[in-house]
Amino acid sequence: MDIFIQQLINGVTLGSVYAVVALGYTMVYGIIQLINFAHGEVVMIGAMVAFSVITALAPGGWPPLMVVAAGTIVAIPVCMAIGYGLERAAYRPLRNAPRLAPLISAIGMSIILQHLALLVWSRNFIAFPQIIKSEPYHVGGAIITNVQIAIIATSVAMMAGLALMVYRTRLGTAMRATAQNPHVAGLMGVDINRIIAVTFLIAAALAAVAGVMVGSYYGIAHYQMGSLLGLKAFSAAVLGGIGNLPGAMLGGVLLGVVEALGAGYIGDFTNNWFGSNYQDVFAFMVLIAVLVFRPTGLLGERVGDRT
Amino acid sequence: MKHSKLALTLIAAAIGLIGCGEEKKPEPPKVEAPKPPPPPPSIEIKIGSVAPLTGGIAHLGKDNENGVRLAVDEANAAKIKIDGKDAKFVMMGEDDQADPKVGTTVAQKLVDAKVAGVVGHLNSGTSIPASSIYNGAGIPVISGSATNPKLTEQGFKVQFRVVGRDDQQGPAIASYLATNAKPKVVAVIDDATAYGEGLANEVEKTLTAAKIKVLPREKGTDKTTDWKAVLTKVKGKRPDAIFYGGMDATGGPLMKQGRELGIKAVFAFGDGACTDEMSKLAGDAAEGLLCSQAGIPVKAASQKFLDAYKKAFNVDPILYAPFTYDAANMLIDAMKKANSADPAKYLPELAKLSFIGATGKIEFDEKGDRKDAEMTIFTMRGGKIEPIAIIKGGNSMTVDEYLKMAAPGAPAEAPKPAAEAPKPAAAAAKDEAKK
Repeated sequence: MDIFIQQLINGVTLGSVYAVVALGYTMVYGIIQLINFAHGEVVMIGAMVAFSVITALAPGGWPPLMVVAAGTIVAIPVCMAIGYGLERAAYRPLRNAPRLAPLISAIGMSIILQHLALLVWSRNFIAFPQIIKSEPYHVGGAIITNVQIAIIATSVAMMAGLALMVYRTRLGTAMRATAQNPHVAGLMGVDINRIIAVTFLIAAALAAVAGVMVGSYYGIAHYQMGSLLGLKAFSAAVLGGIGNLPGAMLGGVLLGVVEALGAGYIGDFTNNWFGSNYQDVFAFMVLIAVLVFRPTGLLGERVGDRT
Repeated sequence: MKHSKLALTLIAAAIGLIGCGEEKKPEPPKVEAPKPPPPPPSIEIKIGSVAPLTGGIAHLGKDNENGVRLAVDEANAAKIKIDGKDAKFVMMGEDDQADPKVGTTVAQKLVDAKVAGVVGHLNSGTSIPASSIYNGAGIPVISGSATNPKLTEQGFKVQFRVVGRDDQQGPAIASYLATNAKPKVVAVIDDATAYGEGLANEVEKTLTAAKIKVLPREKGTDKTTDWKAVLTKVKGKRPDAIFYGGMDATGGPLMKQGRELGIKAVFAFGDGACTDEMSKLAGDAAEGLLCSQAGIPVKAASQKFLDAYKKAFNVDPILYAPFTYDAANMLIDAMKKANSADPAKYLPELAKLSFIGATGKIEFDEKGDRKDAEMTIFTMRGGKIEPIAIIKGGNSMTVDEYLKMAAPGAPAEAPKPAAEAPKPAAAAAKDEAKK
């Protein structure tokens, strides 16, 4: 039983990171029906910037929490700038182009960002300074560390904040209006360009925080770390129903838990025919299974094609 | 209609291109080593160096390449004459990205460029597929770091290596583990690469032979950073030791997460995770790990090499540089002896060369493996890996003993030439006795 609880803790931690990244995919998709494939790279840049700041400040003797906070505070505006830049440079000029064009430019931006990171931070695996001592707490035989608690708490707080913003503020109303029909929203006096830019900014800020979380959790960053993470978060978004905010959160957590339980138990159930090396595959198997039976995702509703 | 016609044309063109590619192939093996009698009195000899220069283990790849570069630069400074002409050695450094597909592409590129010999590749996973390409072209290739036994078991006359093999390294670390940590249950994890899996298999074999229970194999990939699920599962079976066959970039997080989960077992690794990086990647959790390296610790390489490397690149060698340095020097030495850079001519010299390099005395056996290869066991102390035992020819000794024996400049002969396959179990036991 303690093993099961431990796997749940592992899965929820991983899943809350997926959820935060998935929110970025889903928000952007909800508003302009674009899969921003460069989003994973924004997460990576967030981790890298935080790494640089934390490394610079670590010997200064500040309290570790402040150092990490400083890293996050610097990473957020950098990522927001990149998010905004992406939108201006690669997506806005193509807004009325066929669907494929912005998709390709997204992939292109993702490659460009990866290689920029390679130039700045080198191709090596970068070890995050281990300034926060991980303190284990025992929960029913399982262990949860302070870092894991912080990750889960931060994710929940951010998701709650985002939900409040989208459903309770004027800006959120404008975003939802734009998502429903940009032309009509524009006619109602909503500045579409501004709303889309703001969406990218928020998604990038979330990505920055996710980057810091991943980096400090695993203690490692790499210029290619964004691609698989992005792909999984994208799967989480699709799993929950892309374009749907609660769906992204649910999908993210679910995906993390499925991965952890899959890696932990499938070997025992299949007599080691299927082993833990299929961990990365579980995410996609679940995705395919859900899409076969519910093409719009778990919480997605069927929407009419917009022309 | 229009489309299908276009497609047909394209296919035809593609077939034509492929045809061209194939036509070229048979050429390279013969037209090697330019030997134009009349023209200039100098010849250019290309030596290939292949290692991943991008990706997770780029730091090790660069280290390998630097070793070759140093050897080539020194050879040029020494103004060697081959066949009466001034030899100008040129290193062609290629990046195989640690990817088998890229590895073969790069190998073909070197063959087409008519290199005289190749030092590489770094990984077993890239070395093995590439070796058949070099073999087809008859170009000698020496790996300074690929330890998978398969590499030299293919019967290729051109394939050599100057490090030990996994089936020597695996038993060395496994028996050291068995005699020192005395575990009852061991979990073996690998990263599903040719290297990691091969090493893990050898470790498992040795442990099973020593009547130690080995849990069903767990696997990740060479990019896995989240090991918590796997480790949690392993933790439930209460192993006394965990062996991981893989590189430091994944091994560091593995060990860190293991300690976070409260696993008290001894962590043991192969050479890929036997670097100082481990302490950065795993923090304090890395203390006390055990790991093995084929060959000798970098600091046990000859002082002359260490100084020259530091002077040339302003960094210290990390891992395999002394081996690639020796490998490149052996190619050059064999060319000198044969008085030719023609692979067909100097290959026999290379096979029977007895060479004293930065890593001691090197001779090849009939498979192309290094005779009497050393294995070193390390532990992590205060953030640095420290060699605690060297296993050679079935005997184990501490590093100080080894250094005394192979004093710089005058590397003594192997003390006990003895049997070829080490019997590390006995060796480790002896080491224990000495303490």
